[in-house]
Amino acid sequence: MDKVLTNVWVYLTASPLLWLTMTLLAYLAGLWLFRRSGGRAWFNPVALAMALLVGVLLLTGTPYPTYFQGAQFIHFLLGPATVALAVPLYLHWDRVRRLFLPIVAGLLAGSLTASVSAIGLAWLLDGSPHTLRSLVPKSVTTPVAMGIAEKVGGIPSLTAVVVILTGVVGAVAAPALLNALRIRDDAVKGFAMGISAHGIGTARALQISSLAGAFAGLAIGLNALLTAFLAPLIVRLFNLTP
Amino acid sequence: MIAAMAVLLGLQLMGEVVVQLSGLPIPGPVVGMVLLFIGLRWSESLPDALRTTAETLLSHLSLLFIPAGVGIIQHGARLVDEWQALLAAIVLSTLITVAVTALVMRLVIRLQSGARHDG
Repeated sequence: MDKVLTNVWVYLTASPLLWLTMTLLAYLAGLWLFRRSGGRAWFNPVALAMALLVGVLLLTGTPYPTYFQGAQFIHFLLGPATVALAVPLYLHWDRVRRLFLPIVAGLLAGSLTASVSAIGLAWLLDGSPHTLRSLVPKSVTTPVAMGIAEKVGGIPSLTAVVVILTGVVGAVAAPALLNALRIRDDAVKGFAMGISAHGIGTARALQISSLAGAFAGLAIGLNALLTAFLAPLIVRLFNLTP
Repeated sequence: MIAAMAVLLGLQLMGEVVVQLSGLPIPGPVVGMVLLFIGLRWSESLPDALRTTAETLLSHLSLLFIPAGVGIIQHGARLVDEWQALLAAIVLSTLITVAVTALVMRLVIRLQSGARHDG
């Protein structure tokens, strides 16, 4: 019997099906817990799913590359999803055009603050040069951030993790923080969440309103563009060129 | 839905080609997003199928980050060694970024509407 089970396990771990299915199940479990909690921000579905999957991988001794062979099909959809952000942008274009100047100002301030404050704080707390370089694109959406990290001599897979944890923090804390700052405009809320917390912040902003989601989506694209240009300069500014 | 997926993937593909040819430091999907936006503005219409597919993808956007997030498992040692630096960069810096972006944007909106009232 044990041998049969082992055979089944060996078969399953060799195919992408197992970890693809497990990722969907973990996300559904995360969503279920989030709803059970009454939509409490701390029960973030992404964080819960990540914790569940890390637990399962550790328990079964599964290496990450094996997991990713299955999960890559979900990861791949980040590309078309990024393209799809043009749709909410198109739907809310009138509002975007009227707020052109505030958007440019918010983008410049937010993008610079994200990179410089991350690298500055980590530098004060003795982060290693590799870690500091990996932090530069931390508010940029994952696929783009990994590309930037590679270019400036960071560690792309570490950047991906930092980016996602940043997104979770933004999704969890930004709505309360924005309320505390008495920001009432959904356009401003969405844009701030998209700049600071990319796609995970955008997913949260879409729950606030479609307008907030459109501005968050716009912020993802703009921040990705600007950070791609700024990252090498910031790395040079901190004297971290590898 | 299949046609809509083909549009999204096709534009991502075109975006990748543009990036490869031009050497721009921008990712292909972002170029694809710009191309789709230009296309929508140009045709001044949004097919229902495209809208539905885009909205379905975006409503589960956070699912798509899980595979890369699980990569945290590869960085255990670094997370332990540099936890203060990483924690500060992830939590504090993110909160500061949210606040700065929102406050700057609100300030400029107020200046703009003030200027409009004055004029």
